[in-house]
This record gives sequence, structure tokens and C-alpha cells, in this order.
Amino acid sequence: MNYDLIVLGSGPAGLAAAVAARGRGKTALVIGNAWQESPLAKAEKIDNYLGLPGCTGYALLEQFQRHAEEAGVTFVRGRAISLMAWEGFAVTVGTDMYQGRALVMAPGVVRQAKFPGEQEFLGRGVSYCATCDGMLYRGRRVVVAGRTKDAPEEAAYLRSIGCDVTYTAPKRPEELDEAIPFVKAARLEIRGEQTVTSVVLDGAEQPCDGVFVLRASLAPTDLLPQLATENGYITVDRAMATNVPGVFAAGDCTGAPLQVAKAVGEGHVAGLSACEYIDRQAK
Amino acid sequence: MALVHFNQESFDSALAAGGLVVADFWAEWCGPCRMLGPVIESMADTYAGKAVVGKINVDNEPALAQRYGIMSIPTVIFFKDGEEIARKIGVMSSDNFTKVLDENL
Repeated sequence: MNYDLIVLGSGPAGLAAAVAARGRGKTALVIGNAWQESPLAKAEKIDNYLGLPGCTGYALLEQFQRHAEEAGVTFVRGRAISLMAWEGFAVTVGTDMYQGRALVMAPGVVRQAKFPGEQEFLGRGVSYCATCDGMLYRGRRVVVAGRTKDAPEEAAYLRSIGCDVTYTAPKRPEELDEAIPFVKAARLEIRGEQTVTSVVLDGAEQPCDGVFVLRASLAPTDLLPQLATENGYITVDRAMATNVPGVFAAGDCTGAPLQVAKAVGEGHVAGLSACEYIDRQAK
Repeated sequence: MALVHFNQESFDSALAAGGLVVADFWAEWCGPCRMLGPVIESMADTYAGKAVVGKINVDNEPALAQRYGIMSIPTVIFFKDGEEIARKIGVMSSDNFTKVLDENL
């Protein structure tokens, strides 16, 4: 599926970019999690969003979503797993692939640091995507470190294809299949030699062949290693352009202040900049 | 098109023949693999005559996937004169791959 603009992130910044692009007659695809799952949806009162004082985060997000839908933005609910800059940009979400001519990254702030051993063993026993790599672990022991609402579903998928699954999280999710063993743990460490051999869950070691770390989103530099960042934030200029041609960023991911009003403003600029980029490429 | 679809026999032959061989381990159900496909195809054409570039479907060739300890796909392995010289795991931009070839031509 081809689009003019692909937006990673369905929060205020992402939606603002998509709506801006629609205003310029471009097609826009937003890839992200359900807006109800955003931390912003839990904000009781936002008093500094111009024109809507005292609004709840939930109500604000609902309005943003409705506007974007009415503007003709296309939505895919899911997590972008890999990204490639090749004749535009290609993004995969599970087994589906989408192509765009410009990209806006608006993933918000990923507040979770990687587990010890996670980066080291990525691709050698550590995976971020059950549907992508699950088949390679059939008949083997895997641990699912679930940190997202859909994680129990992915764990169930792994079990259904024949993996020996153990699920770990700080709290047992309601949706977790009864048949899947659960280990309650907040801390996780991944160990191995050439490949993963075990995990340590709150101090208790458990042998395994693979670990699926399922967070709400991948860090921007996991998707695009060449992306310039500073102190964990994506570096952008005033046009919201990153160091990678055709890639723009907006919202919390570019840094403080972490406020909705800033996110929307940056998203709008990013969307317009992306449209200009697309138009220049076409010449 | 210069891209080869290796099976165990043709792959072992390619390795035995020496020179540069590139193998992209992939599967139908792997989205990122399909994304990388055009990059590998393009590389096969660009380096035709200088390197043998091909794909290995891990579902069809499980023995090969096991031989090389494939735990994540796509995995692209570079061979020179039958020996592994580099391995790239996951999707990345084309220059990561062409760099390895250019340095070993």
C-alpha cells in the first residue's frame, strides 16, 4: 500500500501532521496504538491547551481522532517493527508492509530503558515481534516480556505455533491465557553466549532460547539507526526536519516541553514540511 | 535478473566455487524480509559477475537455516571463498550491504 505521508505515532503530533498533509491534498497513513491506550488519555485535566481549558486528556484525544478521521487520514493500529529508506520509505507492521514518500516520526517518549542484554542479543535470541520471528522458535522455550496491552495476544500466538511460552510482567494481565505460565517480575536480564541461553527474572534464572520484548513502540533509533538524537530526543530544525532526508519528527520525541500544544504545533509544521519535500521530489 | 534462489545443493556449489557469495535468509510470512527483497535484488544486478547474490527461504531450507544458526530474519550473510565474513541481522539501508561487498571485491 502506497501513501504520500506515513506517520509513526497516533498522538497529537502525529495526527496534526496527518491532518496538515490532508489539507495539502496528500494521502496520509498513521501507524500507532489505539488512542485510548495513550498515557494522555489518563490525564484528568489539561488547562493549557488553547481554546479548551479544563479538558480531560481523553476528550482531547477523542476530538483529535475524530478530526483526523473526518479529514480522511487512514489508520493502521499496530506497532512499526522495521523501517527502510529505499525509494521512499517502507515500514512493516506485523506481516504488512506500507510504502510512503515521506515520513513523520511522532512516537512520543519511550520511557522504558532496554533490559540488560537486550541490545547485545537483538537478532540472536531477542526479538521485538512475535509474528516476525515466532516461526524460528517453534518447539523451543521463549519468554515473553509483555509491556503492552497486546502482548498476551502475541504470547498466545507463539504458543499456538508451538513455542514453549512463559510470560513475564510486573503484574499478570487479565487477558493472558490460563495455559501460559506466568512469572511475576519487574526486573529482567538477558544472558547468553553466541545466542540467548537464559533470562533472570527478579533474580531467578530461567533457561530459554529466545526472549520477545513487547513494548508499546520501538525507539526511533531502533527503527532508523542513522537518526541523529541528543539526550534521547530526536534532533530537528525549525522545519521539523531530521538529519535523514524525507524524515521529520514532532511532539514529545523532539524534547521539552512535553505538552500537547507544542506537539500539535510541531506536528503541523512537520506535516507541511513533509508535503514540501514530496513536491520537491516530484519535480 | 541476477538474483539466485538457493537450495542446499546450489548454495553449497556457489560456496565451493569461491569468490563472494551473499545469502539473504527470508520467509514468506516475514514482512521485513519482503521489504528487503528489492534491495537484495538490486544488489544482485549491480554486482552481477562480481558476487553471487541469492535468497534462501528458511521454510524450504531448514537445514541451511540451522547450519548458520538463523534466529531472526532477515539475516544476510556474506561469504568469501566459502568462509563467512560478515552477517547483517534485520532490515537496514542498502549501503550497509554494499559496503561489505565493495570492501571485499
